[in-house]
Amino acid sequence: MRKSYKDNQVLRGINFEVEKGTILALLGPNGAGKTTTVRILSTLLGFDKGTVTIGGFDVQTHADDVRRSIGLTGQSAAVDELLTGRENLVMMGRLYHLTKQSAHARADELLEEFGLVDAANRPAKTYSGGMRRRLDLAVSLIATPPIIFLDEPTTGLDPRSRIAMWDIIDRLKQGGATILLTTQYLEEADQLADKIVVIDGGKVIANGTAKELKARVGKDRLELTFGTQKLFKSAVSVLEKDIQETNADNKSLTIVLKDTNADVKKTIDLLAKHELKFDAMAVHKPTLDDVFLALTGKQAKDTEGK
Amino acid sequence: MATKLEFEQKPRWVLALADSLVMIRRSSTHIVRNTDQLLGTFFQPIMFLVLFTAVFGGAIATGSENYTDFLMAGIIVQTIAFGSTTTAIAICNDLQRGIVDRFRSLPMSNLAVLTGHVVSDLFRNGISTVVMVLAGLLIGFRPTATVQEWLQFIGLIALFTLAISWLAAIVGLLAKSVEGVQWMTFVVIMPLTFASTAFVPAESMTAWLRPFAENQPVSQMVDAVRALLVGAPAENSILLAAVWSVAILVVSMPVAAWLFKRKTSQ
Ligand SMILES: Nc1ncnc2c1ncn2[C@@H]1O[C@H](COP(=O)(O)OP(=O)(O)OP(=O)(O)O)[C@@H](O)[C@H]1O
Ligand SMILES: [Mg+2]
Repeated sequence: MRKSYKDNQVLRGINFEVEKGTILALLGPNGAGKTTTVRILSTLLGFDKGTVTIGGFDVQTHADDVRRSIGLTGQSAAVDELLTGRENLVMMGRLYHLTKQSAHARADELLEEFGLVDAANRPAKTYSGGMRRRLDLAVSLIATPPIIFLDEPTTGLDPRSRIAMWDIIDRLKQGGATILLTTQYLEEADQLADKIVVIDGGKVIANGTAKELKARVGKDRLELTFGTQKLFKSAVSVLEKDIQETNADNKSLTIVLKDTNADVKKTIDLLAKHELKFDAMAVHKPTLDDVFLALTGKQAKDTEGK
Repeated sequence: MATKLEFEQKPRWVLALADSLVMIRRSSTHIVRNTDQLLGTFFQPIMFLVLFTAVFGGAIATGSENYTDFLMAGIIVQTIAFGSTTTAIAICNDLQRGIVDRFRSLPMSNLAVLTGHVVSDLFRNGISTVVMVLAGLLIGFRPTATVQEWLQFIGLIALFTLAISWLAAIVGLLAKSVEGVQWMTFVVIMPLTFASTAFVPAESMTAWLRPFAENQPVSQMVDAVRALLVGAPAENSILLAAVWSVAILVVSMPVAAWLFKRKTSQ
């Protein structure tokens, strides 16, 4: 599909498929067109060219059928601040045309599942950011839609809440849902997704499994820092053939890991054998920037606000 | 997922009606939960009533009736007109937060979002009007209306409220921010209520203003209410007030619906 605002081309031909029962991650920097794509797929936004089919229904001609089978959690929390958590859930259930009993039963079930039972009867405006995000997701699951859109579900969450959210998303998939999520973090896409579509400036620049992408991006890297120049120099000569990069000012060196666990062990053993002590050690996973660097030869460009 | 979910199996229009009921319930809950606004609903009309009788009571010659009797109709209509701002603000707020997107991603009737706000406005104005009439009775308002006239009054006020709330919905859809709503409604409602027969008889106004003040919809409404409540000469103001209200309703409803659709699909 393609989409422009006036003469600003926001999507320049995005094309992908999500297989039933899998998770697809749409990965891209600010302004890449992730939200625009999600809004089009969830019938909120028209587009200029192309076709979009969700669960067998065309979004343009069968919007209502599409809406019955999707759940959407947008980038900004869309809960009613003055209603309580339970009221929010029941209201949305009724708007999906669940019967009263079903809406109430399902609301209780979700409150339980998302750890919101204690807060169920408080207005949502008293919720913390993480609770609001959970309520927001719970609301979109009220009618157990088979297809779920999540626009940056973990942005703004602390590390613990982020992992809890990953768990929830994974369980949804175990339950048979088909999920499209957007993210700015390669790590998140790697954790959750069966397939990753990388977009930048409204174009797909890569498409594949996390493994395939990472094979193109490069390997994990081990960074070692030493206390003295003497130790640093000795280490450089010992590890010589594996070293990718050295930084004499920081007394640090970087090694590319082909097999992360085995290579780390091998390196440490080698240093121990020569009685070379290091000060700090860190394993770096490839980041979104590395992906872009590898795929486009330049840094991810922030096209936001253009 | 233990629960087996059951969906309503009903015709489309029944479901659309049910959607509206859900949204009316939502907006009405807002009225109760929004305590600041609720207090305003009670105190603002009382304040206007007391201030106007105290300040203008002596200065304005209204003919035979006492000023409180004259003023009551004006205050009721003015309060409803200004009260519609709440509808506009509520709609503007909804659009700015992500919640309208969520509603639009559901298989529900889109118009229900607007209907919810407009109809709950009817409840809120109902409360305001009752408060005003009671407060008025305390400070010397002596209605002469028969039961039938009271009923006519209620019907007419309800119709007017609906009309002006749908108009306000348009403002809420056009404004880019809540501040925008505030000045837009102010610029429309202030002249309509003050250049009307709400507070002073039209005879006392500048010549060029009189034709407008005598014939514009707010004046027709005020005259009609005044005729029903205290038996002021009606001429054909009751009919005209009803016609104006229906006309505004018939035009503003589809315009609001169209704007909503356009605004939310960009
Ligand atoms: N209504 C609009 N009018 C004009 N341009 C728009 C509009 N909405 C989005 N854009 C532009 O479209 C581009 C893509 O925006 P989009 O919100 O899809 O990005 P995103 O990938 O979701 O970014 P983020 O990570 O910041 O959420 C941006 O350059 C944005 O400025
Ligand atoms: Mg976005």
